[in-house]
Amino acid sequence: MATEFIARGQDLELKGIRKEFPGFVAVDNLNLKIPAGEFFALLGPSGCGKTTTLRMIAGLESPSKGEILLGGKDIAGMKPHERPVNTVFQNYALFPHMSVLENVAFGIRQRKLTDPLSKAEKALAMVELEHLAQRRPQQLSGGQQQRVALARALVNRPSLLLLDEPLGALDLKLRRQMQIELKAIQMEVGLTFLHVTHDQEEAMDMADTVAVMNQGHIEQLGAPEVLYDRPKTAFVAKFLGQSNMFIGKVTETNSETTSIEYKGKKITGLTKRSEKVTGVIAIGVRPEKTYFHETQPDDDPGLNILGPGEITDIRFTGVSNQYQIDIPGIGVMTVFAQNVGRSPVVELGAQVYVSWKIEHSFGLSDLPSGVEEEH
Amino acid sequence: MTRFSLGKYLLPTYVFLTFLFLMIPIGYTFAFSFNDSIKSNIIWRGFTLDNWLNVCDQAGVCGAFGNSLLVAVIATAVSTVLGTMIAIALVRYRFKFRSATNLLLFLPLATPEVVMGAGLAAQFLDFGWTKGLTTVIIAHVMFTLSFVVVTVKARVATLDPALEEAGRDLYASPIQVFWKITFPLLLPGILSAAMLAFALSFDDFIITQFNSGSVDTFPKFVYTAAARGIPPEANVVGSFVFIVAIAIVIAVQVRSAMKKRKLLSK
Repeated sequence: MATEFIARGQDLELKGIRKEFPGFVAVDNLNLKIPAGEFFALLGPSGCGKTTTLRMIAGLESPSKGEILLGGKDIAGMKPHERPVNTVFQNYALFPHMSVLENVAFGIRQRKLTDPLSKAEKALAMVELEHLAQRRPQQLSGGQQQRVALARALVNRPSLLLLDEPLGALDLKLRRQMQIELKAIQMEVGLTFLHVTHDQEEAMDMADTVAVMNQGHIEQLGAPEVLYDRPKTAFVAKFLGQSNMFIGKVTETNSETTSIEYKGKKITGLTKRSEKVTGVIAIGVRPEKTYFHETQPDDDPGLNILGPGEITDIRFTGVSNQYQIDIPGIGVMTVFAQNVGRSPVVELGAQVYVSWKIEHSFGLSDLPSGVEEEH
Repeated sequence: MTRFSLGKYLLPTYVFLTFLFLMIPIGYTFAFSFNDSIKSNIIWRGFTLDNWLNVCDQAGVCGAFGNSLLVAVIATAVSTVLGTMIAIALVRYRFKFRSATNLLLFLPLATPEVVMGAGLAAQFLDFGWTKGLTTVIIAHVMFTLSFVVVTVKARVATLDPALEEAGRDLYASPIQVFWKITFPLLLPGILSAAMLAFALSFDDFIITQFNSGSVDTFPKFVYTAAARGIPPEANVVGSFVFIVAIAIVIAVQVRSAMKKRKLLSK
């Protein structure tokens, strides 16, 4: 059905991109390679330079330095209308004085290709909006407008499709639904998608590869599950979800394991899952990888055990419960327990122990700010 | 139980009186355009259509009207084009002296017309230009320009720059983006600016008086004629302009109402 649009996704490569605005540097020495046909997400908080990066690729900003290679060809000097790149804008930017069909046909007409209207109709059919072709954009719902914007970009069969927070204006339910549709369309047409977002769930849900951006540079790049499971920096660990962090001096390290001393307790991780094995390092663990026990578990070299501590807060989120456990001399830990009936039923104020497998620890290359240090 | 409410009666009465007060001079002008007058058009002497049918027989009326029309059309065209370009530049671009330009454009709105008219007259005298239609047109462009800029600027400010970026992204060159996206979206603002400029130029008296020399415009003609009794043909022209203006307003209202109905029915 979508064979019309299948094509010619191309590799995108950014080499040493830098963008200065008066008074600050938005993007600094950015290097990136996105293989053809991949769904790539640039993830970061607002002001991290991700939108500026996207606008440079679209041609709406020009880089102060560096190369933008699309299919091996440098497009950095080309005007936006000369680039084989199309964008789905944040607020869709549909032309209010044209019908939905004319909006979608706009790019085809501009390039003077044949049959603009029938091509536009096919693109609208792909997003299942052919029945609304004659409407004005402002008569459509947010989700429908979003799909028109997608059709308007895809109809041009760009080598690269840029998506600037495309789901940001939709409510949660619609956003989830559009995530699934967007991913399905991308797989169907096989184009290279570059998706910019600040929503880590959205990025992890859709993208093949995620690059986490912070202050104009890429902190870490990889498959979503790798980024989540093995963040390399404190920023990535925090941005992709919650974690329990422990900072301490390395007390022993070998080819298998590395341990630190944290407030008199030994906390161990695998050496191969640690970015740094000397000096003071941070070791973290995701809350859903931790368990609590009502009685003290037996010592086990494969487990980190802390406690006992008091449960100070329980939050019910549906699929799981989130517990805050205050362990004297250690601090507050967060534990997520799935509501599948396997965890012990505990109440506020109960005394529990917390454990996790040492292979679930991750060692960071830097230290998180705002966490108490122990030397 | 009904409670006497002052607002219930007072407000409609007040509104009625206000409208009456506003309409009396217009009604008077309109009625007296049909007066079978001899020398002065102050006393009602009977109904006739002669004034309407032979409006140009009265010396000077049609000539003055034609001059006013010519001045208004040219001044409106020039100030609308210039004003639209200035408005876009002021909203969209950051440049040196931008805020100074904003202030300068505001000045003619605040300056008394007498001062502006006299100032311009002195300038033309300095340059040694003969006063006539050209100087009137230049003067009118000058004072209507600010109104156009202010009106169009408001419209440009509501235009999402992302729409123009989307146009560029969809293979339209900057010129094509302007004509296919920016211009159609600004058009309502540009049209109302043009109408405002036309209305201001057409009935301007003070600035025109200073800069027109021997050329008569319609307001100037009426003013001069008032000294010895305004001919009923002047009432005809005045009524005619009023009717055209009202007709345009009604047409615009009907059109937008129909458009709204059409949108709702889909």
